[in-house]
Amino acid sequence: MSTHPTHNEHHDPEGSKIGMWLFIFTELFLFGGLFLVYAVFRNKYSAEFHHAAEELNAFIGTMNTVVLLVSSMTVAMSVTAIQKGNSKKAIGLLILTVLAALIFMVNKYFEWSHKFEFNLYPGSDVVKGLDHGEILFYGLYYMMTGLHALHVLIGLVLLIIVIVRLKSGRITKDHYSLHENSGLYWHLVDLIWIFLFPLLYLIT
Amino acid sequence: MSSTEKYTHESYLEHKGKYKGLLGWLTSTDHKKIGLMYMYAITVFFLVAALLGLMMRIEKIAPGPTIMDAQTYNGVFTIHGVIMIFIVVIPGLAAVFGNLFLPILIGAKDVAFPKLNLFSWYLFMTGAILGLFSQFVGGDPPDTGWTFYVPYSAESSTNVIWALSAAFILGFASILTGLNFIVTIHRMRAPGMTWFKMPLFPWSLYATAWIQVLATPIVGITLLMVIAERVLNIGFFDPALGGDPVLFQHLFWIYSHPAVYIMILPAMGVVTEIFPTFSQKPVFGYGAIAISSIAIAVVGYFVWGHHMFTSGISYWSRWFFSFLTFIVAVPSAIKVFNWLSTMYGGKISLKPPLLYAISLIFLFLIGGFTGLTLGALATNIHTHDTAFVVAHFHYIIFGGMGFAFFAGIHYWFPKMYGRMYSFRWANIAWGFLFLGFNVLYFPLFIIGLQGMPRRYFDYLPQYQTGHVISTIGAFILIIGIFMMISNLIYARKKGALAGPNPWKGVTLEWKIPSPPPLENFDEIPVITHQPYFFGDTNDED
Repeated sequence: MSTHPTHNEHHDPEGSKIGMWLFIFTELFLFGGLFLVYAVFRNKYSAEFHHAAEELNAFIGTMNTVVLLVSSMTVAMSVTAIQKGNSKKAIGLLILTVLAALIFMVNKYFEWSHKFEFNLYPGSDVVKGLDHGEILFYGLYYMMTGLHALHVLIGLVLLIIVIVRLKSGRITKDHYSLHENSGLYWHLVDLIWIFLFPLLYLIT
Repeated sequence: MSSTEKYTHESYLEHKGKYKGLLGWLTSTDHKKIGLMYMYAITVFFLVAALLGLMMRIEKIAPGPTIMDAQTYNGVFTIHGVIMIFIVVIPGLAAVFGNLFLPILIGAKDVAFPKLNLFSWYLFMTGAILGLFSQFVGGDPPDTGWTFYVPYSAESSTNVIWALSAAFILGFASILTGLNFIVTIHRMRAPGMTWFKMPLFPWSLYATAWIQVLATPIVGITLLMVIAERVLNIGFFDPALGGDPVLFQHLFWIYSHPAVYIMILPAMGVVTEIFPTFSQKPVFGYGAIAISSIAIAVVGYFVWGHHMFTSGISYWSRWFFSFLTFIVAVPSAIKVFNWLSTMYGGKISLKPPLLYAISLIFLFLIGGFTGLTLGALATNIHTHDTAFVVAHFHYIIFGGMGFAFFAGIHYWFPKMYGRMYSFRWANIAWGFLFLGFNVLYFPLFIIGLQGMPRRYFDYLPQYQTGHVISTIGAFILIIGIFMMISNLIYARKKGALAGPNPWKGVTLEWKIPSPPPLENFDEIPVITHQPYFFGDTNDED
């Protein structure tokens, strides 16, 4: 409840956290729409989905999963560090998280460009020649991983803002709402990938 | 201000922030100013879309082309629908009166996230302007109807992508507003204001906000998929590429039916504030009204399939969706009974806000009952995609949400600007609006039953009588709209001072000066009793 007298200086970490959770719900519903479409078509074209998934590189997928899981751990540790007042350690852990995010994006870049070399992208002549189920699989693959990659980038920007604010001392032991909420957002990015990975890479 | 009279305190309207003039408004995070900015933008878009609607009516005054060709007509009904649904009605009451009065009604100084609130307004304007671009950038205006049904929306050569992006961004703005309101209601109620001491307009906004947060992302991703379908040729919904068009309809209506409740719940909330004030009597069945808002939101989430009875869904899905459609009518009816019971035995003062609120009940009942006609499986087959549907949803959306907006603006106008409008002109404008509305839309029920399809630019001669009457109604309605707006604009400039509480209302907004000071309350009030407590003579419930 607002106890501060002046406009715009209302601080309510609990409220911010509720807001972040609500936003995470909306993100889950956004991806939920794609998961629903995936479920419908996988049910309709299960053989083609299995066949098309063989083209995906499960090794890179696994690596990216490990990278994201580790980054989720480091971001959680950095929140704990700032709660204990150790902003240096918090910054270090966040830098590790950012590095992990970059590794993820670089892997993704190689993965996609590899497929583009073989003309495996929506609308290409190769893809147009495939079965309906396979076209849909690739369509979903690009849409889901693409949207997820966009979220990785947004998360990356958030984490960098947190690092800058930690350095300038605007995020402290008593005032770390942004830090915590960015961490929550990063867990969401991780969580969605944990569902994408088996659904796209491991169904062969 | 040109008037000789002036109020003595400094209100939010005169408050100077860092910047002056227009820039001051555009950078203000004051919830009241943001609410007014929504209102001005929405009014402009409403007038544009209303005039487009009038053009459609003129086109239909006689069979065959009269003032436009078929393709232009398709473009006009599309942009009329897109503006009215996504820019005017969905944000409408929640963004305007929610922003203006939610914090005041719960005894707060602002919403939980004022900057996010301003950001939502900018997103809203971006979406609205993209919607306008769809009309003017190279290529033809979109012609898919506001529902964007595939496969046509994936194939049409018009600027569909612009309209889709506009709807996507407007949806994002709506989500953020909803999120802001939920947190505001959870965290910022004044001390002593428990959930069941909260006024009922905030209750309805709370239910609305949850629908905004939980349903809008679905349409967001669906619109993105249609964009991907057009740009990348993926074919999620195109049967020629293995996709499923009925799947699109499901995803679209999973949002767009709850969106009807995003529109109507705040409307119900507004009139629920009005009935007790003008009956000088506590609202009847406070708990029932509060809970029925939540019930509408919950059940309304699961009725989307009733838009698809003729799309080839299974018998049991039709049975299920029809059944739930009848169930969702129950909490709506509870509200109507409660409004009537609130007036029963009260000291009724038939001022313009109450006049609009009562006509809302009348129009909403007609819209609601014809909704049951459409929700029943057998009659739906006959009336599906006819003018009957057009009449039904205009009775609900315009008769419900539109009249609630008019009621709300007449109710809160003296609070917003500190000045009072002419009751005489407000009543005359109401007469034109109410008469014009019924003359415009009622004939559509009849010719719809006789088989007049919706969205057709041409028709058989036997429907002409109905169409002519309807077009006459459109002119009367437009006159009423301009009369009402002129009356309010004049009052804004020259109206007499209203004083803090012209209606003898008892909710918190009437306990502060008109217009409210920048931070609403000098001291955050402490709430000790029910929100609709009219002195000692009445019972507290």
